[in-house]
Amino acid sequence: MGKSHAEISRHMRVYLMVFGALLVLTAATVGAWKLEFLPAGAAVALALAIALCKASLVALYFMHLSAENKMIYWILALTFVFFLVLLLVPVLTAFDVIAY
Amino acid sequence: MLIPHIVKPRPDTGLNNGKLGIWLFLASEVMLFGALFATYLMLRMGSNDWPLGTKYLDPMWAAINTIVLITSSVTMVMAWAMSAKRNFAKFRLFMLLTVGLGFVFMIIKYIEYSAKFDHHYYPSTHVFLAIYFTLTGLHGLHVLGGMVVNGYLALFGKKHYEQDPEWFTNRVEHSGLFWHFVDLVWIFLFPILYLL
Repeated sequence: MGKSHAEISRHMRVYLMVFGALLVLTAATVGAWKLEFLPAGAAVALALAIALCKASLVALYFMHLSAENKMIYWILALTFVFFLVLLLVPVLTAFDVIAY
Repeated sequence: MLIPHIVKPRPDTGLNNGKLGIWLFLASEVMLFGALFATYLMLRMGSNDWPLGTKYLDPMWAAINTIVLITSSVTMVMAWAMSAKRNFAKFRLFMLLTVGLGFVFMIIKYIEYSAKFDHHYYPSTHVFLAIYFTLTGLHGLHVLGGMVVNGYLALFGKKHYEQDPEWFTNRVEHSGLFWHFVDLVWIFLFPILYLL
């Protein structure tokens, strides 16, 4: 990696802060589920939004994507497009009229 | 003969080959889990009586496992930092902690699976349980794979570290990327299977 010791120490402080944020977000997920103060649809949206926040923190800081090589971003962008296509396949089944 | 550009970046890609390789592998893993997430969506959208996760599962075990995996991601990245700081003893400590937390995750998973089987809940019982066992089983195999690689680096990595610490640190970073990906998948599995 070729990073200086001071730079790595700075990274380590960030890792601990991210760890704290991840714990808080996990508690928020469980808390929202336990308290049941939201209607079902909103609860689903909130749980997925929190999961997305947590995943972004892991990817950006633990996986170092906040300062990564351009080629990695291209690979991930392409993967994301194919991933979306995969998730849209179930939606396409709604237009399948053969079964009817 | 060694594969070239395993320590220093290739001039054209700007990456060492190991890093490019692990990211391409992770891209294929996104598609693997993506296919199963799409399957989950299709089953759920097509089902008239999709149960709440809580009917079959205990979210508290999953919440504890979420904390375990998040903590293991921190110890993993600390192991990389210690290797980069050329402190092998602390690297080994953090790496063994990571493997230990992987064990804790698997033990909790074992308790969860045992409880299902005691209640005669099998993949064939309900389509929800089929996708639950498939997703968590595949994820568990990934945890196990990560533990083997991390355990190898912690227990047998000293010679390699002494010969070429920069190359060794790159390896730690690559195994760390895999471990974080496993954590990332669980972050989505937890609400999707247990809470929604």
